[in-house]
This record gives sequence, structure tokens and C-alpha cells, in this order.
Amino acid sequence: MREQQFDVVIIGGGPAGLAAAVSASQGVERVLVIERDRELGGILQQCIHNGFGLHRFKEELTGPGYAARYIKMVEERSNITVMLDTMVLSVSEDKTVIGVNPTDGIFKVSAKAIIFAMGCRERTRGAIRTPGTRPAGVLTAGAAQRMVNMEGYLPGEKVVILGSGDIGLIMARRMSLEGTHVEAVLEIMPYSNGLTRNVVQCLNDYDIPLHLGHTILKIHGKHRITGVTCAKVDETMKPIPGTEFYLECDCLLLSVGLIPENELSREMGIQMDNLTSGPVVDQLRQTNIPGFFAAGNVVHVHDLVDFVSEEGEIAGKYATYYANHTLGAVEKVISVKTADGVRTSVPQIVRLYQDDSQPVRLYMRVAKPERKVTLAIMNGEQVVLEKKLAVAKPGEMIVVDVPGDKLKTCGDKITVLLKR
Amino acid sequence: MEEKRRVSCIVCPLSCEGEVVIDSGAVKAVSGFSCPRGEAYAREEVTAPKRMLTTTVRIKGGQLPLLPVVSSNTLPKDKVTACARFLANLEVNAPVKEGDVIVPNIFGLGVDIVASRNLKAV
Repeated sequence: MREQQFDVVIIGGGPAGLAAAVSASQGVERVLVIERDRELGGILQQCIHNGFGLHRFKEELTGPGYAARYIKMVEERSNITVMLDTMVLSVSEDKTVIGVNPTDGIFKVSAKAIIFAMGCRERTRGAIRTPGTRPAGVLTAGAAQRMVNMEGYLPGEKVVILGSGDIGLIMARRMSLEGTHVEAVLEIMPYSNGLTRNVVQCLNDYDIPLHLGHTILKIHGKHRITGVTCAKVDETMKPIPGTEFYLECDCLLLSVGLIPENELSREMGIQMDNLTSGPVVDQLRQTNIPGFFAAGNVVHVHDLVDFVSEEGEIAGKYATYYANHTLGAVEKVISVKTADGVRTSVPQIVRLYQDDSQPVRLYMRVAKPERKVTLAIMNGEQVVLEKKLAVAKPGEMIVVDVPGDKLKTCGDKITVLLKR
Repeated sequence: MEEKRRVSCIVCPLSCEGEVVIDSGAVKAVSGFSCPRGEAYAREEVTAPKRMLTTTVRIKGGQLPLLPVVSSNTLPKDKVTACARFLANLEVNAPVKEGDVIVPNIFGLGVDIVASRNLKAV
């Protein structure tokens, strides 16, 4: 078996992995990016719509345009090696990675630090347990996006979309532009989880009805899907009898959420957060196993790629500190808990290092849409920081910087919550 | 005749929903938006709405069968679908570089359609 050595090995060549590679290449000699697809860029390559990069590049780029910026930076750095068409089979605690690809067969690489940047995958019909038959034509919105934007296939002519997250909304417009009729978008929640601009520009522009508080009760069709039975749901999300209606379709797209792809991290026994479905990380994006870092949608599903790149940069930088033994000693560990209206927070742990009082940036998501609330970070009964929010939506992460000197005065636990 | 139209603002996450009163194509009143940017958006949205277009064209001899393209600027909203239908029937040859003009001045609207990625020839 072929064996190679690197300082930092990054698993995944999407936006998180690319940013991590660029940042790691500034601190160590040899960086490796392992990507399973035929090219770098990850899911950005199929997101041909624009609106990416407003924070990072101060302009509105398409997905491929955003990816190209980072791919160029990676190609310009001679100390970054890229392996394409390569699948990682296992990662072990001694930082050995076993992979496989058509050129090398099964191979081994060893590293001083490893960064997980595998991104996420879509929830499927199985995840939401929709009853009915098992016909062709039921697929996830992202799979349809790849077919329509990269492979050159149209998955149907009459489409129903379940879920009003941004991917579902974007696909409603995309399918309409390609001449497909989009019958309706159904959303089980009483609000859309997508950005308002997407509801306006992807649904309203094309007169596509959005049925809030509705779900699909049954999928019909023997070989090919022929239609779906829909119904209104009550506050507990149970279907209300008598509200059923039938929509004819030859394709059903599911946009019902994303799950961080953590098979490799789970197998290694890395500690996971049940709410984000990603590893528990500190502010340097280091997991509970020293030398193993994680960044991007594998940690928690982001709404902006700009934040994914930022996280990749952080993980890349501190992975080099670990590889070079310059991380310093930990002075104090603070766990970050969530309560009252705040659902998730990343990082979940703050490790304060000696002689370091840098601010710690927290990324939080609320449980449901709210207006005029105050986000508070509490150290017991004492307020560490407060931020007034005109609106708080589950679809938009809240970002707060907590000053390092304030954290030094906290106990071993801080709590983020909403005050109404 | 006066007509009232509800507009959801897309400028910021506040997503104000306001109302614009128009009379024979002219804006008479704008209300319900919490900032001037929202008002400006609402005015344009009811008088001359504009949208970016992103779609694909077929490409011959490339790594992929499709090339993603983007409009160099916003297009009048009512011309977007026609442009997309036109581009769906277009085929170009690989290689293509990001930024290459695929259709100059589409339908005489003063907007170019440009490639949004590199596609090598195979």
C-alpha cells in the first residue's frame, strides 16, 4: 500500500475544505485535500444561482464563481496537494487516513492534524416517513439541482415540492425556467424557513402557490409517481381530517432539511452534539480528540457560504498550530449551553488558552421566529453580554462576539437565551 | 384608477411588508417600510421590477454537458423567462472561461449573458 506523509490532511474539497487548505498552507509545509467528486468546489458547483460572497468578496457571485475564487487560491499554493475522485474509507486516532481512488487503489496517508470538512447531505423520504407507494420520480431537491444544472436531465414536467427551505425555493424557480410546471410548494411549519428574497423571487414571480402548515399524506403511483395527497396540519403537526386535497404530478422534490455527514467522525468516537448533528467543537474548531478539527456544514448547517469559509479558515489556522505544537496550554474550559428559545450554539465549548484574550464568536440559531427579543449570554445569574434583535428567525444564524476578557471572568458554564 | 399593491421587501432580514399605491403607472404613496431603502425597493418593484438571470446552455465537447451562465446585470422581470427559453436552445463549444460572453446584448436589452465557470474541452 502506498504511504505518504502530510502535516495537515483535509477531508472534503467544498467551501470549508478549500478555505481550510488555503489557511493551513500558510502555517505548514504539506497540506492534502481529499475530494470524492471529479472536481473541487463541492455543492457550490451545482448552485448556479447568484447571491454568494456578499460578506467575503463584497459582490454577488454565482456558486461556481465563488468556488472558482477559492480553487484558484488553492492552485496557486504549491504546498497544497489535491486528490480528486478519492473516497476516505477510515480515519484513526493516530491520524492515519485510509483512502481509495482509481489511480492509487487503496492508500494510506498520515498527518499531524486532520480537518473534517465533509459537508452535509439531504434528508430523504425515509427521514420523514411519508406513506404511500415507492414509485420513481421522488427525489431530493439537491439531487434534482445536480441533474438540472450539471448533468442535463429534467426530472419531471409537473412538480410538487415538499419543504420551503432555500434549496426547495431555488429549485421551484429553476424548474420553472426550464419549462417545468411547479404545482405547489408545501411547508409543514406555519412559516417558510427560506429567505424572504427567495420566497419573493422564486415563488411569487412564477405564481407558485406556497401552502404553509401543509404536508403530504400519501404518495401515489405504481411505476412513476402520479400524484400526492396533501392536507393541512394542526399546531402539533397532525393532519386535520377533511382538509385533504390531491395534486397530480410526475415528480416530487423534497427539501426537508440537511444532516451533517459525520460517518467518519462518529466511527472515531468523536463527541457529537445531538441538536446540530455535528461534532462538539471549541472556538478553534477542535473536537474532543486533540488534533482533529472540523469546519463548515459538517459542524452545523450554515445559511451563508461566507460563514463556511470563515469556519474553514479558523480550523485551517489552528490545525497548523496543533501540527507545529504552538497551541499553548489550556487555562480554562467553559461549556456553552442553550436555553429559552435558542436552539443551537457553535462552538459548544470555549477553551481559554494562556496569554490569549481574543474574542470568541458564537453562531446561534433560534427555535422559532420571534420579533423584538434580547439575546443574552449569562454566566449564572450575571449578564455577560446582551444584544437586541428586531427579528430572530431559525433560518438566519445570529452571530455575536464575546470579548475574551469577559470570558476569563466566567465560570465553567455560560448560557445563551432569549429574553422577551 | 388607484390600485394598492402589497410588497415584501427583500433588502434586509427584517422583511417589511408594505403597501404601494399606484395610479396609471405612477407611484402615489408608499407606506409600511421601516427605512428609505425599503421604500426605494418597493417603488422599483411596482414600476419596473428587475431580476438577475442564472441558467444553463448546452456545451459541446466539454467536461460537463451544461455550462452555467449569468446575466451581467439585472433584466426586466417580464423578459427573464423569454431569455431563459432562448438560452435553453443554445449550444456553445468547449472550452469556455469564466466571464466569457456567451450572448452579447440579449434581446437588445443592454445585458450580456456570461459564463459563470471554466469548462475545459475533453
